[in-house]
Amino acid sequence: MKINVTINGQAHEADVEPRLLLVHLIRDVVGLTGTHVGCETSICGACTVHLNGRAVKSCTVLAVQANGAEVTTIEGLANNGQLHAVQEGFWECHGLQCGYCTPGMIMASCALLKDNPNPSEGEIRHGLEGNLCRCTGYQNIVESVKYAANKLQGA
Amino acid sequence: MRAYLPAYDLQTPANLAEALRLLADAPGVWKPFAGGTDLMVLLEAGKLAHKQFISLWHLPELRGISITDDSITLGAMTTYSQVQTHPILQREFPLLCQAASWTGSVAIQNRGTIGGNIANASPAADSLPALLVYEAELELVSARGARWVSYQSFHTGYKQMAMRSDELIKAIRLPRTTNQWIQHSRKVGTRKAQAISKVCIAALAKIENNTIHDIRLAFGSVAPGPLRCVQTEAVLKSRAIDDATIKDARSALAAELTPIDDIRSTAEYRLRVAGNLLAEFLAGNGIDFHSDR
Ligand SMILES: Cc1cc2nc3c(=O)[nH]c(=O)nc-3n(C[C@H](O)[C@H](O)[C@H](O)COP(=O)(O)OP(=O)(O)OC[C@H]3O[C@@H](n4cnc5c(N)ncnc54)[C@H](O)[C@@H]3O)c2cc1C
Ligand code: FES
Ligand code: FES
Repeated sequence: MKINVTINGQAHEADVEPRLLLVHLIRDVVGLTGTHVGCETSICGACTVHLNGRAVKSCTVLAVQANGAEVTTIEGLANNGQLHAVQEGFWECHGLQCGYCTPGMIMASCALLKDNPNPSEGEIRHGLEGNLCRCTGYQNIVESVKYAANKLQGA
Repeated sequence: MRAYLPAYDLQTPANLAEALRLLADAPGVWKPFAGGTDLMVLLEAGKLAHKQFISLWHLPELRGISITDDSITLGAMTTYSQVQTHPILQREFPLLCQAASWTGSVAIQNRGTIGGNIANASPAADSLPALLVYEAELELVSARGARWVSYQSFHTGYKQMAMRSDELIKAIRLPRTTNQWIQHSRKVGTRKAQAISKVCIAALAKIENNTIHDIRLAFGSVAPGPLRCVQTEAVLKSRAIDDATIKDARSALAAELTPIDDIRSTAEYRLRVAGNLLAEFLAGNGIDFHSDR
């Protein structure tokens, strides 16, 4: 099936099988490997991207279902080499160790801050419930999101 | 890791009529595909016999929330995120919003639909007890036409539904009659997010001067499908809230529920917790309640 998907502002046309997952379109067809694949069962959140501005687990979405849509991945956040506030937060507050969960964590955090620019700690934890991290114990991830919220509010 | 799924066919009809024609021409062959949050998990685990799917996601006829003085009607493709952010649902149907908020996680709530939750027909589904106590009605459509059915009689056994193989759920209608009732729900699971309920309750009641004038109770994960507990309700109607009432309610409930042992919990635990959830709701709305229940 022929599909047109805009990824990080760039239009891509592809001829894909119906079984192709959005995450594999992003990684294998388009070659953007920043989006990770963990569980492939919609649990871990490593594959989180934005589909028309909303966070989704891209292993739960078929590429053909993204036809005509806008997708943003971790590669689409930085602007001319300038890190997005959430990326900067993860950097400054040690919001990652091995980094496996990080792209998904950051995409989920960006979506959270878009809906709720000034979240409480509880709201941050609720917003990131669908993203699992095996390294950090989450504390520094929460701090990273708070950092980003402050920075974005100040800006 | 299972990098790729087995090959299959997926049609993306442009409108409802086209989708219904596909279903009518080969009933039972095509599997409707909504947000995919149940189906993708099965598909990726190789546990799905179907090889032909119809995507419903883009069908405009299955989307949108419309409001009249008497009711609110949700398109079957209404997502959990849309449910939670709708002001009238927040105000008048808080049990549905609450269930939506503890379904999966945000990214699941952006894709998962109410129609999918109903048709997946899991006894543990979180939104279904709420739909039962709100006395929802479902609009089922096929190439032959449309009909409304009461949600109460929709689930007829484990994963069995009063829906024909050429039919789709088009909409869910909620009567706006329970705004003044006391509303309560609670999910018990290993974790609020992403964990399937061990037991959940949805309850509505009209209570005045410590007397139960009317009550509606529904539970998840305690029977082959979500269950409205009419016998327990009958025991409770017109009763004052006291120890004896709660005791009678517990026994009626125990007779009405048929929980099972499975990987998430045991029948004994579920029965006990269901009784506790009911007692908690009743005692929480009784005056002067001081007992160990
Ligand atoms: C990580 C994770 C956590 C989850 N947590 C919860 C939870 O806490 N509580 C809970 O209740 N559920 C949970 N779920 C299950 C799931 O998200 C819900 O059941 C959801 O509502 C399914 O909707 P969907 O649109 O994704 O359905 P799909 O997966 O697309 O379809 C589900 C079934 O419904 C049928 N169907 C869909 N729409 C229609 C229609 N309009 N007419 C006829 N048939 C139709 C499909 O053929 C299929 O059989 C979870 C899922 C995941 C992956
Ligand atoms: S890889 Fe998609 S949620 Fe784990
Ligand atoms: S940093 Fe390693 S999994 Fe989160």
